Amino acid sequence: MTLNNVWVYAEANGDKVTTATLEVITKAREIGTTVSAVYAGTSGDSVAAQVGEYGATTLYVINPGEGLPGQVAAAGIAQLVNEHSPDAVLFVQSYDGRDAMARTSVKLDRPVLTNGFTLTAADGLTFGTAIFGGMVMVDAKYADGGVALIGIRPKSFTAEPSGGGAASVVTVDGFDAGRAGEAKVLERFEEEQTGPKLEEAAVVVSGGRGIGASESYKPLVEELAKALKGAFGASRAIVDAGWVPYALQVGQTGKTVKPKVYIALGISGATQHLVGMKNSDNIIAVNKDGEAPIFGIADLGIVGDVNKVVPALIEAIKNKA
Amino acid sequence: MHVVVCVKQIPDPAVPGALNADHTLKREGKPILDESDSYGVEMALQLVDAAGGGEVTLISMAANGETAGLRTALAMGAAKAVLVSDPACAGSDALGTAKALAKAVERAGGVDLVLAATESSDGYTGTVPAQIAELLGWPALTFAKKVDIADGKVTIQRQTEAGYDTVQASLPALVSVTAGVVEPRYPSFKGIMAAKNKPVDICTAADLGLDGQVGWAGARQTITNVENAPARQAGEKFEDDGTGFEKVVGFLENLKVI
Ligand SMILES: Cc1cc2nc3c(=O)[nH]c(=O)nc-3n(C[C@H](O)[C@H](O)[C@H](O)COP(=O)(O)OP(=O)(O)OC[C@H]3O[C@@H](n4cnc5c(N)ncnc54)[C@H](O)[C@@H]3O)c2cc1C
Repeated sequence: MTLNNVWVYAEANGDKVTTATLEVITKAREIGTTVSAVYAGTSGDSVAAQVGEYGATTLYVINPGEGLPGQVAAAGIAQLVNEHSPDAVLFVQSYDGRDAMARTSVKLDRPVLTNGFTLTAADGLTFGTAIFGGMVMVDAKYADGGVALIGIRPKSFTAEPSGGGAASVVTVDGFDAGRAGEAKVLERFEEEQTGPKLEEAAVVVSGGRGIGASESYKPLVEELAKALKGAFGASRAIVDAGWVPYALQVGQTGKTVKPKVYIALGISGATQHLVGMKNSDNIIAVNKDGEAPIFGIADLGIVGDVNKVVPALIEAIKNKA
Repeated sequence: MHVVVCVKQIPDPAVPGALNADHTLKREGKPILDESDSYGVEMALQLVDAAGGGEVTLISMAANGETAGLRTALAMGAAKAVLVSDPACAGSDALGTAKALAKAVERAGGVDLVLAATESSDGYTGTVPAQIAELLGWPALTFAKKVDIADGKVTIQRQTEAGYDTVQASLPALVSVTAGVVEPRYPSFKGIMAAKNKPVDICTAADLGLDGQVGWAGARQTITNVENAPARQAGEKFEDDGTGFEKVVGFLENLKVI
């Protein structure tokens, strides 16, 4: 059994649709006969081409003005849902996605199921999430009919193009976001980013409190990542300590990554960290405590001091290149 | 200025979680103030200070009159609390919780700003703040890593994937703050003593006109399966004797990463 109409709230950085959005559209195609997308922004045509390539046939475009896109979008989404009654609206569990699902849920007076990482339609729409830092998996269903509102964590599914043509663009108007639209973006600041993105890199090197000091992050973590053409991340401990920005945090309240190789340097392996990286293909850990929980999931564990192991490793890799 | 902070009292996260037979969270032992909320409390105290006066009110929801976590936040310097406490609140989902908290904001009265964490540590649905704003009909400035108030407007730096956006709105408004936004103070001994006598206004779902909208009844979902996640197998582990890095090089070569 599949659903008839599945909708996806699509997000883009500039005019590039996010990978997480394409992952969810790919899943929507599997569980629904027709897939539509809703997008709030000014790159409608470009977004229509990209979501079309992954299987969406209609793109509803909302103009958020200077407002936060997710918050303005909710009023448009609620209006569209009342008009077209889709079976489900899927959101990415991202900053704007969370804004959009939260306000949509209130507008429609529907609960929203969040942090999903599985979705099946065989026996009525069933949603799977993980609790207790990923240790326990829970499946849930809506107890009543009506539209399902679901938030999906990035990296839950693999994005695969369907080869479809551009989605047809429908401009949405006539809705009133009220004071939700009053939160205005005055300025955007982009931190300089070198190398691949954390969520997309084949290799991720993360540092934890065991690197010892803020000054050690660059020579140990960044340099190793650079030598492996990978991205660098962090545990929450060093984000909270102010050593690195929150955008680098991997885990339950940070990013979910699934690289070919994940290298954890001086990270103990708390469940809240593991939930963000344990589905990596290969895991390497360096930690001076042989009993650290990170070794319980590492394919290769080195019990040692990061200050000794890592510089030697960087040197050896550079010599190979 | 009157600032409300949403705070959650949660089971100690250091103790492994467990579920009751009806799939609600086991809440044994004394609840503690969710660490994520300590940032909002500190931020509220600093904003009121900077504004030259005002008051910080806490709002919270609990099934059974728990106040242990609230007292911690009162000891930090909040003046009073509104606690929605009702057995009917057990099993509330994010929307039910937001409805109760939005009513509590109205009950607190004359509020300029509501602060919340971006998500709770135990449930982490991450939707409650914007849901409260929607229920109140207010703007929501979410994922703030810096907050300033001037001339009746709140301006934040909003965390983004690539950096941050500067976002502004007129008051009253809701702001959700990320962990680490400020350094939460430790309650002083004096603060702890004073907190014992600070007023906690306890009300029920019915007092707020929310019968049937909170708790399991409002959640409208069925849990169909609960199981342990598959465990990942540990691989090889070596003591570093100065050549540990060679094992990593070999491993990466095998994977053709280098
Ligand atoms: C609700 C909630 C959400 C959370 N979300 C996240 C999240 O998203 N991401 C996250 O990461 N955490 C999260 N946490 C925090 C998590 O529980 C841990 O506190 C955190 O991951 C610990 O970070 P760490 O491993 O860097 O530090 P620690 O636990 O302090 O570990 C440091 C490790 O370094 C090792 N070490 C020390 N010196 C050296 C050396 N010289 N060489 C090698 N090793 C050394 C030590 O043996 C130790 O194992 C969350 C916690 C809660 C309660």
